Amino acid sequence: MREIQASALTEVVKRLCIEANCHLPKDMQARITEARAGEDWPGACEILDRIIENYTIADERSVPICQDTGVACVFLEIGQDVHVSGSIADAVNEGVRQGYSEGYLRKSVVRDPLNRVNTGDNTPAMLYYDLVPGYAIRITVAPKGFGSENMSQLKMLKPSDGVEGAKEFIVRVVEEAGPNPCPPIVVGVGIGGTFDKCALLAKKALMRSTDERNPDPYYAALEAELLARINALGVGPQGFGGKTTALAVNIETAPTHIAGLPVAVNINCHVTRHKSEVL
Amino acid sequence: MAIRIETPLTEEKARALKSGDSVLLSGTVYTARDAAHKRIVEAMEAGKPLPFDPENAVVYYVGPTPAKPGQAIGSAGPTTSYRMDAYSPALIARGQRGMIGKGKRGPAVVEAIKQHGAVYFGAIGGAGALLSKCVRTAEVIAYDDLGAEAVRRLTVEDLPLTVVIDSEGNNLYETGREAYLAARQK
Repeated sequence: MREIQASALTEVVKRLCIEANCHLPKDMQARITEARAGEDWPGACEILDRIIENYTIADERSVPICQDTGVACVFLEIGQDVHVSGSIADAVNEGVRQGYSEGYLRKSVVRDPLNRVNTGDNTPAMLYYDLVPGYAIRITVAPKGFGSENMSQLKMLKPSDGVEGAKEFIVRVVEEAGPNPCPPIVVGVGIGGTFDKCALLAKKALMRSTDERNPDPYYAALEAELLARINALGVGPQGFGGKTTALAVNIETAPTHIAGLPVAVNINCHVTRHKSEVL
Repeated sequence: MAIRIETPLTEEKARALKSGDSVLLSGTVYTARDAAHKRIVEAMEAGKPLPFDPENAVVYYVGPTPAKPGQAIGSAGPTTSYRMDAYSPALIARGQRGMIGKGKRGPAVVEAIKQHGAVYFGAIGGAGALLSKCVRTAEVIAYDDLGAEAVRRLTVEDLPLTVVIDSEGNNLYETGREAYLAARQK
């Protein structure tokens, strides 16, 4: 049994909040650069150039890439042989509080969804726990902007809808979103599970590096096919037309019920941010 | 070639802009997003004073990050505009001439744009660090309690924008995609 003080999480979460918001992950930089090289529509080229200039400025000056520094989604993979002393949730929220204050990040969370008063410190985090074998805690902070979150959808398809029904739904969600989620986007897809599990799969799909394809060749091929279909829509960067509507489609799946085929599409923008550290 | 425009944005200047034009905007713009729009329109309906005179004004839908020491403003890119659709027609009717945001607008907003000779500009969503460099000064002028959503008066210089919906209702989100797809089929 390894003992970890909950307060140790605070420092890590604080640092990850700031770094994730200012430094675009290398895989995303690679996808955007590749897209620019493959784009031939003049307006689209200009926008991609500006997007590259933007993340370069943010990186060099350590300022937020986007003003929507998001709600802090925090994923903890906790080793079963770790014992944490103190409140994990309090320690994580303290890290968010410090990170969003010291990092000059925007406070974008309201305490109540209908009465809408800003909490002033971007807490609470959206906190998820997974128990895994081992003696370590893996902490991932994924700030999530809501321009793209608002364009996400979930549908309980019928088993008879099959893969064609799933593809049609996924492409339609992206087309309906059009310019709103700041294309080029990353498309996180969850297939299977229950209503809630499916949505979480889609969120987790956005945290997989765009360098990696689904390990199952069937789903890797489906990711490639969906990316091609989405980029044939012509929405383009910012929705002004062009080849580059999406930079990647990441699919995660889970077993599901004999009666169901849940499909969730969680959209993220060209500022798809996440950073992990192991404690 | 970008067209240089200075505020105030008169009807004459607005009507000269065409969907697809690249614009560099300089002068005064006011920031307002969801919560501020709600308050402004409630104040208008109650006949109370407004944070700024809407006549020929340009409103930027943005909630910036806090400025670091030495910065005029933090990162300051546009937020998605459709959430302001419930409020924009009333403001346009009161003379607001320009809106800066990103994403689609509803039919009532397009109708108000056409009727009053207004214009909807797109700024690059997600390019907050880049766009902040065009902001020279920023000052909170109302609703300080809203934090990032407070109304600010900004002085901008050469803010890069694209005319999305012009005063005739032409919409780049429709025509840009159509033009790209048509060119691809040739």
